[in-house]
Amino acid sequence: MKEKSGRMIADQTVKYILFISAILSIIIVLAIAYFIFRESIQAWKEIGFTNIILKSVWRPGQDQYGILAMIVGSIAVTIGAIVLGVPLALGTAIFLGEIAPKGVQALLRPAVQLLAGIPSVVYGLFGMVVLVPIIRRINVPGNSGYGLLAASIVLAVMILPTITSIAEDAIRAVPDSYRSGSLALGATKWQTITKVVLPAGRSGIIAGIILGVGRALGETMAMIMVIGNSVKFPKPLTANPLTFYLSKARTLTGNIAVEISYATGIHESALFATGVVLFALIIIVNASARWFIKRQSSIPTTRQ
Amino acid sequence: MINNKSISTLHNDPESLKNLKIRSTTQNVWFSIMWLAGLVTLIILLLVIGYVIIQGGKALSWEFLTTPPRGGLSGEGGISTTLGTTVYLVALTLLIATPLGVGAAIYLIEYAGELGLTSPVMRVLISIANFAVETLAGIPSIIYGLFGYALFVSTLQFGWSLLSAALAGACLVLPTIIRTTEEALLTVPDDYRRGSLALGATKWQTLYKVVLPAAIPGIITGIILSVGRIISETAVFFVTLGGSHRLPSSIMDGGRTLALHLYYLAMDTNAFDKAMGTGAVLVILIILINLSINLISGKLTARIRGGK
Amino acid sequence: MNTKLETIEFNLYYGDFHALKDISVKIPEKRVTALIGPSGSGKSTFLRTFNRMNDLISGVRTHGDVLIDNVDLFKIDPVALRQNIGMVFQKPNPFPKSIFENVAYGPRVTGLRDHKKLEEIVESSLRSAALWDEVKDDLAKSGLALSGGQQQRLCIARALAVQPTVILMDEPAASLDPIATQKIEDLIHTLSENYTIVIVTHNMQQAGRVSDYTAFFYTDDTRTGRLVEFDETKIIFTNPADKRTEDYITGRFG
Repeated sequence: MKEKSGRMIADQTVKYILFISAILSIIIVLAIAYFIFRESIQAWKEIGFTNIILKSVWRPGQDQYGILAMIVGSIAVTIGAIVLGVPLALGTAIFLGEIAPKGVQALLRPAVQLLAGIPSVVYGLFGMVVLVPIIRRINVPGNSGYGLLAASIVLAVMILPTITSIAEDAIRAVPDSYRSGSLALGATKWQTITKVVLPAGRSGIIAGIILGVGRALGETMAMIMVIGNSVKFPKPLTANPLTFYLSKARTLTGNIAVEISYATGIHESALFATGVVLFALIIIVNASARWFIKRQSSIPTTRQ
Repeated sequence: MINNKSISTLHNDPESLKNLKIRSTTQNVWFSIMWLAGLVTLIILLLVIGYVIIQGGKALSWEFLTTPPRGGLSGEGGISTTLGTTVYLVALTLLIATPLGVGAAIYLIEYAGELGLTSPVMRVLISIANFAVETLAGIPSIIYGLFGYALFVSTLQFGWSLLSAALAGACLVLPTIIRTTEEALLTVPDDYRRGSLALGATKWQTLYKVVLPAAIPGIITGIILSVGRIISETAVFFVTLGGSHRLPSSIMDGGRTLALHLYYLAMDTNAFDKAMGTGAVLVILIILINLSINLISGKLTARIRGGK
Repeated sequence: MNTKLETIEFNLYYGDFHALKDISVKIPEKRVTALIGPSGSGKSTFLRTFNRMNDLISGVRTHGDVLIDNVDLFKIDPVALRQNIGMVFQKPNPFPKSIFENVAYGPRVTGLRDHKKLEEIVESSLRSAALWDEVKDDLAKSGLALSGGQQQRLCIARALAVQPTVILMDEPAASLDPIATQKIEDLIHTLSENYTIVIVTHNMQQAGRVSDYTAFFYTDDTRTGRLVEFDETKIIFTNPADKRTEDYITGRFG
C-alpha cells in the first residue's frame, strides 16, 4: 500500500514538472515580447512613433533614428527574393510532387533538405566571393556589386527549400482520386496538375510562400554580408529604375545586428524599436500563413 | 480482322487531332520547364557546396584545425578554439533545451489529451501553449538575439558568455525539439500504452518504460537537427557570445563559434581563404548531420513498415 | 450485334505478379456487361485496362491484344482514348469545384471555350445523368456539397460531357445507400441505349438487375485472375456452364 502511494506521488510530481515545461513556451514568447518592448519604450517616448517609422535618416551621432530606409530595404530585398525564388521553388515542388521519377526524387529531396541546412554565413560568404564580383561587372556608375540585387539572389536561394518543401507537402496532400478523375476524362497530366492539383493545394502553397516571406524578412547575417549596409535610402543609381536593385541598402535585421554590440542609451533603445517593428511584421506574416494552412487542412478528402 | 494502322485518336476529325497535338506539346514544354527547375535547384546546391568545399579545401589542413586563431586584421592562425567553443555551446544549449523540449512534448501529447472536457482553463492553456510553440518557430533569430541580449547579457548581467548564448540558443531550438518529439510520440501505437496501463503501471512508468524508448529515434532526430541549427546559427550568438577568439574557460566566458568566426574573417579581415576553409568545415559538418538524420529516419520508417 | 471492346489472350503483370491470365472476351456494343467475381480476381484491374489507367501504375506490363472498334487500343494516345471511354469510380470523386465546373471540366480541357456551348453540354449531361432537376438552380454550388448519390450522378454527368462511347463503372454504388443505388441502377439502364457500359460489381442482385451480359472472374491460391465464363446474364444466373460460377452465384444468394 505504501509502495503504491509512493508511485502515485511520483506520477503526480512528474506531471507537474512536465506541465511547467509545456507552458514554458508561453512564458518565453511573453518574455521576448516584454523585454524587446520594454527596452524600446525610451525610443518610442523620446523620438516618437512617426519619427522612427516614417523618417529615413538614421544618424545615431545626431540622435536621428528614422528606420524607413531599413523598412524599405527589408521589403525590397524580400520582394526580390520572392520574384527570383518562388517560380523556382514552385517548379521544383511540382517536379518533385508530380513529375520526377522515384530515383530523381530520392536525389533531389535530400538536396533541398541540405540547401535548408547550409549556414547563412556560408551563403553570405558565397555571395561576397562569387556573386558580388559578377554583379560588379554591370556597368553602372556607383555600382559596387554589394546591394539589393546580391542580397535578393542570396535570399532567394535561402527561402527556396522552405517554400519547396511546404508546397510539395501541399501537392502531395491532394487526394489521388482527383488526379484519376481528371485523367479519366481525357485531361493530360499537365492539365490535371494545373486545373485540379494546384487549385486543390492552393492554400498550402500560399502558406509556403508566406512562410518564405517570413524567413526572408528575418534573415540577418547573410544580408549584412552582401547588401552593403548603407543607412541611406536606397535609390536607383541612374535614370533606369531597375538600377534600384544595384543600390546598397540595409535591412531591419542588419540594423540591429551591426550596431547593438556598441550602442547605448537612446541608440540602443532605437535598435530595440527596430526589433519591435520586425517582430510585428513577422507576427502578421506568420498569422496569415497559419490562416492559409488551416484552410488547406480543411479541404475534404475523398481518398480512395 | 485487327485494324493495325497506327492512329492516335478515335475521333479522326482534324479539329480533335489538332487539339490533342496542342495539348501534348504544351505538356512537353511545361514538363521540360519543371525538369529544368529541379535541375537548377540541384545545380545551385552543387555550386554552393562544391565551390565552398573545393576553394575552402585548399585552406584545410591538420594545422588549420588544430591551431588557434591569432586574431588581428590579417586572420592568421587556424580554427581550433572556435571548434572547441562550438562544441561547448552545442553541449550547453542542448543540456538546457533537451529536457525542457522533450518534457513539453510529452505533456502536450500524452497528458493534454486526457484532461478532456473537464477543465476548460487547462484546455485554453494547452492551445495557447501549442500556439506559442508555433510562434517561437517563426520568430527570426535576431529577435532571439535581442531578447538574449536584453535579458541574459544585460538584465541578469551574464555578459557576453557561453551561458547567455546557450540560454538564447535553447529558446531558439526549443520548438524544433518539441515538434520532432511530438511527432515521434504520435507514431508510438496506443496499444503499447494500453498494454502497460492494463498491467497496473502508472502513467509515468508507462511513459518512461514503454513509450519513450519507442520514441527515442525520433527524439534523437530532433536533437541532431538542433545541433545543426546551433552550428549554423550566427545572429543569436553574434549579440550574446561576444567575439573573443580564445577558448572559454568557464560558462561565463565569451567566445566565437565556427560560424561567427567565418563572419568575422569575411567582414573584418581579408583572409577570404581562411573564411572559405571555415565554411568548408561547416558545410561538411552539416552534410554529416543530414546524412545521420536520413539514416535514422530511414531506419525508423523501415521499423514502422516492418514491425507490428 | 457489334463487338465494341475485345481482348484476346490478354495478360497483365504487376512486376513479377501475374494478375490476369489469358483473358479473351468480346464486349457487345450498347449493352451492359457486368464483371463479377470474388475480391482479388482482377475485375477492377481488367476494367482499368480499357481506359489505360493501369499505365499510371509503375511496374505494370501487359501482353495480348485489346481492341476498341477493332482498333488496337495500345496504339491510341491514352489521352484521346480516355475521351472516348469515360470512367466512374467506386467512391464519388467530384473535383472541389462548382457543379457547373465539374461537368464543364472535360469539354474545357479538350479545348471548348464557347460558354454558350458549354452551358448546353452541362445541361444535357446533367439531364442524361438524371441530376438536372435537383441541381439546376445551384450550378454554382460546390460539387462536394451534394449528397453521396448526387455526387456519383455528378461524376456520371461529368463523364458523359466528354461524349464517350463507352462508360466503365468500378462498383459505382458500393458507397451508396439503397435509394441512391436504385437511382444509379435506373440510370445505367437508360444509358445503355446509347452507351456501351462495363460495370464491376460485388453485388450479385445488382449484376442480375442491370446487366445484359456477365463475365465471371475467379482466382485460386495463385491470386492470378482468370475469366471462367462469359455469357448472357440470364444464362449465367440460371444455367451456368462452369461449376465454380454456379457455386459463387448460389453461395451469394445463400
